[in-house]
Amino acid sequence: MSILSYNGGAVVAMKGKNCVAIASDKKFGIQLQLISKEFPKIFEMGPHLYVGLPGLATDTQTVHARLKFRQNLFELKEGTRMSPKVFSSMVSNMLYEKRFGPYFVEPIVVGLEPDTYEPFICNMDLIGNVCFPEDFVVGGTCEDQLFGTCETMWEPDLSPDDLFETISQALMSAFNRDAGSGWGAVVYIIEKDKVTTRHLKTRMD
Amino acid sequence: MALVLKNSSAALNQHSFSPYADNGGSIVAVAGDDYVVIASDSRLSTGYSIYTRDQSKLFKLSNDSVLGCCGCWCDVLSLTKLLEARMQMYLHEHQKVMSTPAISQMLSTMLYYKRLFPYYILNILAGFDNDGKGVVYSYDPIGNLEKSKFKAGGSSGALLQPVLDNQLGLSNIKEKPEAITLEKALNVVKDAFISATERDIYTGDSIIINIITREGIREEKLELRKD
Amino acid sequence: MASVMLPVEPTPGFSFENCRRNEFLKAKGYKAPVATKTGTTIVGCVFADGVILGADTRATAGSIVADKECAKIHYMAKNMYCCGAGTAADTEATTALISSQLELHRLNTGRVVPVVTAATMLKQMLFRYQGHIGAALILGGVDSNGSHLYTIAPQGSTSKNPFTSMGSGSLAAMSILEKCWKPNMTEEEAKKVIRDAIAAGIFNDLGSGSNVDLCVIRKGSVEYVKPYEKANVKGTRTGNYKFKRGTTEVLSKKVVPIIIEEEIVKPISSDSQMDTS
Repeated sequence: MSILSYNGGAVVAMKGKNCVAIASDKKFGIQLQLISKEFPKIFEMGPHLYVGLPGLATDTQTVHARLKFRQNLFELKEGTRMSPKVFSSMVSNMLYEKRFGPYFVEPIVVGLEPDTYEPFICNMDLIGNVCFPEDFVVGGTCEDQLFGTCETMWEPDLSPDDLFETISQALMSAFNRDAGSGWGAVVYIIEKDKVTTRHLKTRMD
Repeated sequence: MALVLKNSSAALNQHSFSPYADNGGSIVAVAGDDYVVIASDSRLSTGYSIYTRDQSKLFKLSNDSVLGCCGCWCDVLSLTKLLEARMQMYLHEHQKVMSTPAISQMLSTMLYYKRLFPYYILNILAGFDNDGKGVVYSYDPIGNLEKSKFKAGGSSGALLQPVLDNQLGLSNIKEKPEAITLEKALNVVKDAFISATERDIYTGDSIIINIITREGIREEKLELRKD
Repeated sequence: MASVMLPVEPTPGFSFENCRRNEFLKAKGYKAPVATKTGTTIVGCVFADGVILGADTRATAGSIVADKECAKIHYMAKNMYCCGAGTAADTEATTALISSQLELHRLNTGRVVPVVTAATMLKQMLFRYQGHIGAALILGGVDSNGSHLYTIAPQGSTSKNPFTSMGSGSLAAMSILEKCWKPNMTEEEAKKVIRDAIAAGIFNDLGSGSNVDLCVIRKGSVEYVKPYEKANVKGTRTGNYKFKRGTTEVLSKKVVPIIIEEEIVKPISSDSQMDTS
């Protein structure tokens, strides 16, 4: 068993028209045992910036705390908010620093670029190799299933409401075929003027 | 002193025997009331190389049963040969072609017979049940049998199955499930393969679809990416 | 001295603080996960007026394609580019690190950095880590001594070749190079050879795929073509997968408005940018 599937969990993010979406399950387990159904894996790092950290739960929390610390130092020093692009290179650098003793997380960064409000998504492997795809990114224990559903369901220029349906269906269908994740889901739709958070009704088994 | 295996080199120099190969490939089958669709990709591969781009993984067993096999290709060839021979024997003994449920049971027995040295194959059998409705039987390598309306398996089984659940099983969708038309089933099978080819390196080149109806078996082909 | 007011600045270089924990987990039987590999076919060849580099664009994690359109030809300096195969993060980080050192070197010496300098810096860095940094590189560039092409293995050994290939598709690519490469080719001929070599990797090696990227380095000019050829495109879906609104059942919904207090757009003219030339 891989250490990345010790606690389980899945995160997916998609680009839409002038909006981005990020969604995750809510499970926190230890191997086959369920511990909590309210475990956040997506964190708000700014008004238009979210990071998803699927992987080993202890590292999800440690990496989140360390990222927040470094981000705060940057924002105090520079007097400006961190853009998603800058934030993702910070995450990447922090992970590569630990190339030979990595954190077991595969981060996903989403947001809207400042000024232009261009959608931004990216994901990384556990040692900080970044991908910037044009469509969607996935991570966590049901990565394979998510690749299948997203490749089929995603299409370009979805409006915020359509994007919500697509990302929710893709996530739920994927984690229903994975024992490592599930137990509720949360979806964030990030637009220029608002962020909509929805909790989904899912199978609880 | 007699045999002391602790720290002796005999315990360390064990030679391993690995008789299995993974030749990749994926199978999808969907059953409706008056049809069954079964499809496979046509890539046969090992490691990072391709053996052939044109090998159907579907085996026509009778006029209404088609078996899809992928995994260790040498096992596939032995198993299907044996299966065809046993179906011949059945035909001669009973003067009738084996029905799909009969084949499904025999296949399960044949797989379990090799419980301790299994055929390393993923089998999906498509045909009609005793009421004349479409049915899909899927197996694990040692003969566990499961009857269902749709199933995906093979190297991209994990990518394909949730798509079928959502589009054909209507999981997580509030609406009541309705009967799936042949056209819809074909579209979903093709699109699921197009998606899987994007992300699974062992699936690609083309797909071969067998459409089984009471009129017989029709074949369709669709090209996929070749990389 | 660390305090709340003055937090510790992280020390540069690799940190090994998780190593003990990770070894412990490994001993308990939890496998360390695989990092993204580039899979990769990368090639390079010398032609009459310079060097051409080529790469495919697939990154894999196990048997799954992690990225369909990644860039494997990395910028080193104005006169040099470098193809990377192996562990994706390593090729990215190593080339970026050496690239910044080359720029500092150029500013210090005030002249175009020779390609051999970059090759030496890369090999010394990789040798120091004894192959644990899994970067297999093809470095190509043009300087005052002419065109150069280097192959750098993860352990730090290098060779200088007129044509070369690396990565899992290197055998497929090399078969084309051995057959088609000749000395003093024209640019068009060389482009064709590189394109064919990469295509051989894309179609015959499962670790390589998607598109062909090319980078032509001549004396005084560079042409980076991404993609040079879209060798593979996604098939067209026949069905419609847009869901009717309200398909998904929602337990709760919360909308947080973001009020943008002011938008200031400061136009910056191009001459006020930092000049590093």
